[in-house]
Amino acid sequence: MSTSETAKPDITTFHLANGMQVVVIPDTRTPVVTHMVWYKNGSADDPEGKSGIAHFLEHLMFKGTALHPKGEFSNLISELGGQENAFTSYDYTAYYQKVAKEHLETMMAFESDRMANLVLADEDVIPERDVVLEERRMRTDSDPGAQLSESVAATLFVNHPYGLPIIGWQHEIETLNRDDALAYYRRFYTPENAILVVAGDVSPEIVKPLAEKTYGKISALGDAPRRSRKAEPPIPAARRVELSDRKVEQPSFQRYWLAPSHLTSKDSECFALEILAQIIGGGHASKLFKALVQEQELATNAGAWYMGDAVDRTRFAIYATPREGVDLKTIERATEKLIAALPETLTERELIRAKTGMIAEAVYDQDSQATLARIYGSALAIGGTIADVQAWPDRIDAVTLEQVIAVAGKYLQPRIAVTGYLLKEEAA
Amino acid sequence: MTALTESQSQGASTASRIQRVVSPQGIEAWLIEEYAVPLIAMEFSFKGGSSDNGVGKAGLTHLMSGLFDEGAGPYDAVAFQELLDEYAIHLKFSGGRDDLGGSLKTLVRHADKGFELLKVALNEAHFDTVAIDRVRAQIQGGLKRSLNEPNSVSSKAWSARAFAGHAYAAPESGTIEALAAINADDIRAIAKRTLAREHLKIAVVGAISAAALAGELDRIFGNLPLKSGVSDVAAVTAKGMGEMEIIDLDIPQSTIRFGMPGLLLKDDDFIAASVMNHILGGGSFTSRIWQEVREKRGLAYSVSAGLYPYAKTGLFFGGTATKNERAKEALDVIRDEIARMAADGPTEEELGKAKRYLIGSYALRFDTSTKIAKQLLQLQVEDLGIDYPAKRNGLFEAVTLDDTKRVARKLLGKGEMLVTIAGRPTGF
Repeated sequence: MSTSETAKPDITTFHLANGMQVVVIPDTRTPVVTHMVWYKNGSADDPEGKSGIAHFLEHLMFKGTALHPKGEFSNLISELGGQENAFTSYDYTAYYQKVAKEHLETMMAFESDRMANLVLADEDVIPERDVVLEERRMRTDSDPGAQLSESVAATLFVNHPYGLPIIGWQHEIETLNRDDALAYYRRFYTPENAILVVAGDVSPEIVKPLAEKTYGKISALGDAPRRSRKAEPPIPAARRVELSDRKVEQPSFQRYWLAPSHLTSKDSECFALEILAQIIGGGHASKLFKALVQEQELATNAGAWYMGDAVDRTRFAIYATPREGVDLKTIERATEKLIAALPETLTERELIRAKTGMIAEAVYDQDSQATLARIYGSALAIGGTIADVQAWPDRIDAVTLEQVIAVAGKYLQPRIAVTGYLLKEEAA
Repeated sequence: MTALTESQSQGASTASRIQRVVSPQGIEAWLIEEYAVPLIAMEFSFKGGSSDNGVGKAGLTHLMSGLFDEGAGPYDAVAFQELLDEYAIHLKFSGGRDDLGGSLKTLVRHADKGFELLKVALNEAHFDTVAIDRVRAQIQGGLKRSLNEPNSVSSKAWSARAFAGHAYAAPESGTIEALAAINADDIRAIAKRTLAREHLKIAVVGAISAAALAGELDRIFGNLPLKSGVSDVAAVTAKGMGEMEIIDLDIPQSTIRFGMPGLLLKDDDFIAASVMNHILGGGSFTSRIWQEVREKRGLAYSVSAGLYPYAKTGLFFGGTATKNERAKEALDVIRDEIARMAADGPTEEELGKAKRYLIGSYALRFDTSTKIAKQLLQLQVEDLGIDYPAKRNGLFEAVTLDDTKRVARKLLGKGEMLVTIAGRPTGF
C-alpha cells in the first residue's frame, strides 16, 4: 500500500513563553473538542521507596484548588455534558476532557489552575489512598494472572523502574502521604514539563490566545525536570517465574525480552520490532496463532506484542493459552522452535500483509480525534516529535525482511528470556 | 426556551443527514455520507442472540459468531483471515442477548473486498467441525479463565438467580459443559433461523453514496431468506428480591452485584428513570453513590448503577468491589442511598444538572464514524424513528421533578434487591 494516501492531519505546534508545548489537531466533523494535558513523568519517575506516587497524585489532582474547591471541576464538566478522566503510565501522566467546542476555554482555565494551585487536605488524601488500595485489590490482588505479570516485569527489569507496578507496591502505597504528593507535584507539574493537546473543531488561531490567557499565566520554573532513572544492565541469564494458585483454572504461558524502544533504538530496529510483533503475533493470521492454534492444535490462543512507545529499553512479549491437556513446556518448546526457524520461514508476503494492516490503522486512527490526541500526546511525552509520528507509515514501509530477521535473532533469544508460567495449584 | 448551541443541536444536525436507503430488493439501511476520512463503517443486527439459543444450548449464538471468519465461500480459515489482514478489513460478529450483531470497517479503496468477504461470511460460512472445535476451545479457555474471576462470578450468579428458568439466566458466552454438547447441526440450525432479512437492521457511515450502497445491500444481504425463524422469548421479571448469595473466593476483596426489576425501553417513564438513575448511580464522579461510597469513605475504586433495558425485561443493576472487611458497610451505604432516592427523589438542583449532562453529552456519541453507525443501528433496533436524534434532547428537557420522584418511588420503592457477592465478606 502506498503511504502517500495516508493523509496526514494538518497539525500545528508552538510553545508558550513559559516553555509549555501546545499541539492543535483539527477535526471539523463535529462541534466537539478533546482537551488533554500531558506531563512528562510517569511511574518510572517515582522516587525510591515511593512506588505509586505518580498514580496517587493523578487521583489527588481531582481534589480541587483554592479557586475551584473539590468537585467543582468535575461537576462543571458534567453539567456541560462533557466527559473526563486521567491515566498514568510508565513514562507519562495525562488528563483529558471531551466537551462541546464552546467550552474549551473553560477547560483550559480549570486545567491550568490545577497545574499550579492544587490544594490537598488530609481528609481528602487518606480516603483517596484507600481508593487506590481498592483499585490495586481489584486489578491485581484478586487476579493470579495479573499477579504473575507483575512478577514477570519485576524479574525482567532488575534495576530499571519499569519493573515496578504503575499503581505501586501495596506496602509503599500504604505509606504515601500529603507531603509526598505535594513534593512530587511541585517537581513535575510545571509548564516546561507539560504538553497541551487540543483535537477537534478548533484552529490554532483560536487555541493560541486561549492558551496564553490560561496556561501562559503560569510562571516558568526554570529548566524542565529531568528524568533520573537507573539503567538496566545486560542480564546474561534466562529467568523463570511461576505462579501457582488454587483459583487458576486456565494455565497460560508468557515470555518477555528486553528490546530497544522508539527512543533508544538505532538503525530503525524499533520499526522492525513492530513488524515482527505483528507477523508473529498480531491476530489470527499471525505465525504463532497459525502454528500453535490452527496447525499443531496445542493452544486456544497465542500472540505477541511490543511496547515501542517508551523512553528507555522496553518489553517484547509472546503469550499462549494451552488447550486442555497440553502442558506449558510443550507450548514453550513450540514457540522456541517457531522463533528459531524465523530466518527460513519469514516471507515477503507476510511482511507486506503486516505493513498493509499497520499503515491502514493510521488511516482508521484519523476517524477519532481522541485517538489522534492520544497518539501525538504520548509520542511527544516520551520525547518524540510530530515529524516522527507523521513519518511512521513511511518508516514502517521501509523495513526489509532482512531487518525483521535480524531483530528477531538479536533480541528474542531463549537464553536471556524471562518466562512466566501460570499454573493451577493442586489440592494437597 | 433558550436557543440551543451547536453541540446541543448535534442530534438535529445528525438527523438531517441520515438517508434512508432502500435497495432494489427492498433491503433498508440508514446512511450518513461522510468523506473526510477514506473509510466506510457498517453495523448490522439480526434478531436472535443468546435468548434464542434453546434449552441446553447456552453459548450457541456466541460460538456461531466466532465462526464466520473461520472459512467461508472459496476461502478456508487461514485464507479468509489472511485476506482480512491483507486488505486491512475489520470484520467482527458478536452474539448479544437479543441479537446477533456485526460490524465491518474498510478503507474505501478496499471496499469491494470488504463487502465480498462479508457476503461470503453471511451466505457461505463453512461451519466445519475443525473450526467449531477450535473456536469452542477458545471460548471454553476464556470461560475457564473467568471461573474464579470475581466480576464474572458475581454477575453470572446474579443472572442465574434472577432469571432461573428463563433464557436470560444463561451467560451469553455459554458454559463449558453446554458448549461441549453443541455440534455442527446446532450451528447450522441457528444460523438458518437467525440470518434472515425479516428483522435485519443496517447502518452505514462513510465515503459511499446512497446509490452505491443500495447495490451493495442486495449483493451482501439479498440472498438471505426473507423470514426469520427466531422465536419470541417470553417476557420475564427478575426474581429473588430480598435474597443474598455469597460465593466463596479466596481473595481480599468482595465483588458485589445488586439489582432489581427496571423498565423496558418503550415504557413511558424510561427517560425520567434514566435521569433519576444518572443522579443516583449513573454519572461517574458525580452520582450520589459515587460520592458516598468512593469520595467520602474511600470504600471502592468503582461503584455505579444503571438501567439495562433488554428486549424482554428491564433491570436496575449495579456493582462495586471493596475489601472484605468493609463489604457490609459499602452495601449498607448503597442501600441507604437507594432508599433515600425512593423516599424523596432528587432535588431540583440535581435534576437540572443531570438534564444538562444528558442533553449536552449526546453530541459526544457522534464523534467517530463507527460510533455514529452504532447510534444509527441502535435507533433502528430500538424502533425509535429516524427523527429521534432531533427529538431526543427535547424529551429529556421535558422531564419534571415530579416525574423523577414518581419513577423513583415506582422503581426503587420496595427497596428489596437481589445481591450477590464473590469474595470473603465479613459482617453478614
